[in-house]
Amino acid sequence: MPVGEALIPVETIRNWLNEVPDPEIPVVSVVEIGIVRDIAFDGETLVVAVTPTYSGCPATSVITIDIEAALRAHGISDLRIERRLSPPWTTDWIGAEAREKLRAYGIAPPIDGTASTGARIERILTGGNSQVECPRCGSAKTEEVSRFGSTPCKSAWRCLTCREPFDHFKCI
Amino acid sequence: MQPQTIPPIVRFCLRMGDNTLILSHRVSQWCGHAPVLEEDIALANVALDLIGQTQMWLGLAGDLEGAGRSADDIAYRRDAMDFLNVLLVERPNGDFGQTLMRQFLFDAWHHTMLTALMTSSEPRVAEIATKAVREVAYHLERSSDLVIRLGDGTAESHARMQAALHDQWTFAGEMFDVDEADHALAEAGIAPDPASLKPRWDALVGDILAEATLAIPDNRFVHRGGRVGRHTEHLGHILSDMQFLQRAYPDASW
Repeated sequence: MPVGEALIPVETIRNWLNEVPDPEIPVVSVVEIGIVRDIAFDGETLVVAVTPTYSGCPATSVITIDIEAALRAHGISDLRIERRLSPPWTTDWIGAEAREKLRAYGIAPPIDGTASTGARIERILTGGNSQVECPRCGSAKTEEVSRFGSTPCKSAWRCLTCREPFDHFKCI
Repeated sequence: MQPQTIPPIVRFCLRMGDNTLILSHRVSQWCGHAPVLEEDIALANVALDLIGQTQMWLGLAGDLEGAGRSADDIAYRRDAMDFLNVLLVERPNGDFGQTLMRQFLFDAWHHTMLTALMTSSEPRVAEIATKAVREVAYHLERSSDLVIRLGDGTAESHARMQAALHDQWTFAGEMFDVDEADHALAEAGIAPDPASLKPRWDALVGDILAEATLAIPDNRFVHRGGRVGRHTEHLGHILSDMQFLQRAYPDASW
């Protein structure tokens, strides 16, 4: 192990991890999507806490391997990756910048502040903004084709204006 | 092992994990066979969520048991009599309507159970429930929607959904059975008394079935036994498929 490893600032490590793309949606990093929950040293061991998006998401194990590989590439050998379930991952942790990256990539981002259980339905009932906009033409005239899409975190939609099908990042 | 000799909380985790494991396996059997592509994808996604939840429940069962068994050991190295899932989840897939009705009856229970478990006095149970309930909310939304659309659909789809309800109905009651382990967990605030979930389930299922124009069968008989390890012949066939690799090549890895 390199001498003085524990002196590497957590911010530096966070920046390194911000270079690790999500394996399914490579335009955003594992940090931006909110999977990396904590970075800290336990003595000389670097501990990275990772939370699964969906409990059965097959990308979770790939993400763990990618994070480990990235840290090793930066010379860190004493490290541990922990799975953290609580608090559960929510799409509310996807930041504004990452939402725009998703949109540019063709995925309609989750609707702000609607993640917690039940809130989405309540918002629809109370006439709040629950429009899913087409990531290509921006039209709000869209409809859900299927509640389950190409990955556990997405649903399948289509635009009624430009007629293109698109993915929507489900609110959870 | 006789279920009565398994500590209450371990028994509870096995029941939760075995329900999700067996239903996940059943649902995954649709992969590549569903009536439309979107449904094929939806079924595979539901199966995936359930297998993820299985890893959490059986992982916790193994930790609490303290005998060094992993979630995989528990899933692949027990025989039928050691499985504690309800009989409903091992029912054959039948046609799409039967698969869907089984899912709906289960989802309504599952969502109600997980919602109650979010405030469990055992933090590890609450943590799993809080994670899983968000996924199951989507399962319930989908199965409710489809039960309504097909029940209140064509004469053909209505008849199939009514037949499916008739077939599955007597298997739903076991989800609300109570034994001494459930009493102990309810007492300790770890898990709700399953019978206490029944009014909410009745209301939810009643509303959806009414909207689907489906008649609730007038049959109070309950098929039970799965929760204590007495299964239908179907479970053995599921295990012979699901456990084949670990049975033929123990400790195989790649």
